[in-house]
Amino acid sequence: MTAVINVPATLDEAGFEQVLEQLAPLAPDAKVLVDARHCRFATPSGLTSLLCLAQSRVEKPDFAPPTDETVQSYWARSRFFHYAEELFTFRGTVLKPRTAQDSDTVLEVTPIAKNEDVHEVVERVKDRATHILTTKLHLETRSTVGFAMSLSEACQNVVEHAGRGGWVAVQAYNWTKRRVGRWVVVISVADAGMGFRASLETSRARAIAGDRWSDGDALEAALTQGHSRHPEPGRGQGLKGIKGYTHRHDGRLSIRSGTSRICLLASWNDGVPREDGLSPFPGAQLQMIIPEKVSAT
Amino acid sequence: MTHIDVRSALQSSVKGDYSDLVTRHTGAVVRTVIEHQIAGLADGTVVFLDFSHIGVLDRSCADEFVAKLMMPRTRHHAEHTGYVVFHGISDDHLETIEAVLEVHGLALVVQFGGSTRLVGAVTHDERCCWDLVMTHGSAIPETVAVHTGVPDEACRALLESLARRRLLRRDADRFLPLGTATA
Repeated sequence: MTAVINVPATLDEAGFEQVLEQLAPLAPDAKVLVDARHCRFATPSGLTSLLCLAQSRVEKPDFAPPTDETVQSYWARSRFFHYAEELFTFRGTVLKPRTAQDSDTVLEVTPIAKNEDVHEVVERVKDRATHILTTKLHLETRSTVGFAMSLSEACQNVVEHAGRGGWVAVQAYNWTKRRVGRWVVVISVADAGMGFRASLETSRARAIAGDRWSDGDALEAALTQGHSRHPEPGRGQGLKGIKGYTHRHDGRLSIRSGTSRICLLASWNDGVPREDGLSPFPGAQLQMIIPEKVSAT
Repeated sequence: MTHIDVRSALQSSVKGDYSDLVTRHTGAVVRTVIEHQIAGLADGTVVFLDFSHIGVLDRSCADEFVAKLMMPRTRHHAEHTGYVVFHGISDDHLETIEAVLEVHGLALVVQFGGSTRLVGAVTHDERCCWDLVMTHGSAIPETVAVHTGVPDEACRALLESLARRRLLRRDADRFLPLGTATA
């Protein structure tokens, strides 16, 4: 029997939690239909997480694409369908992208599995990121370098630590009517690999924690205390750099792994710095939101 | 003096025409290529690593490339006798390089914005001594002591430490800068 997993109208970080809540009671090998017919809006985080969901299932899931043509067109341009076609069995047809790229897309959904993929991602985003960061977010041209560095560090964490390939996507939004009230750029890097807890299993942080070792502890050890599974000094600098860049631009950084999420909150964002007891999901899913710079008055 | 183009080293290390030094893997491969080039040079050669054609340098790559290139050169009884100066670096490169040097307690001579600078983990007195040698072009410890106000013996120890860390050259009793770029 196939279990239907309803994708909510808004497929963002919070929306994907609803998807995972429906998935949690099912056996790993249960057949599922991911029903996105009524989805109206998806962030890079939502799209990359859906691909991870498919990777994490024992049996290839079915997928019902959004029925709204505008939504479907965006998902096609973001290249979600291009990769989803291999990971899901589609129920229904989907549009082929008519234009090469959406004007506010910095980077379409892109797989990351090896070192060269990270080089390719950095090479591809540079020009486009410069344009969007300077014209829409009103950041200095120099901020593009920090942006590319953060993206590179996040992507190479997948290559180095996940144990399987992941996904990256970057999109600019005008969130005037949504939460932030200004333009934002959203980066999502997600994988369905081993996750932080398993990756840090041989770390000093794990040894110190003893019996009290959880997904949340592992995330905190990596993000807050700079621990890495490699003991030598100099490790853990990638996440430190990502944190620094996010903080400098009053951005929001969240990383979900296993059953926990840790979040560096921005001044414009309500929320909690750490959530435990979430529905289980393998791997690690990072989201970084950089908002438009607000002039000091 | 020898000039090594870091981008050429990158292109010989990674498939594709990339100009960014990103990923720990790439840092390790590029370092290995450059170490081989340096190993073939005469003792005491000053090598200028030219970053002019490098775009993004991320921290993980810098840790693997910059820090691990410098570490074996700064140990007591180091096997490597050459000197390394970073040339053509940008503001962003500098920020990243300084961050990784600080983590490892390392320092480096860089050519930045038309001037030669000492960056990384150095004390105030070490910096004063290094600056004075740069200004004078060559100096004995007594001269440095007079101008910096650091006591003679302490000054000698600082200069010797700077020379051991490959941040100054030593010629008998005199201490010399690493030179200027010819590139």
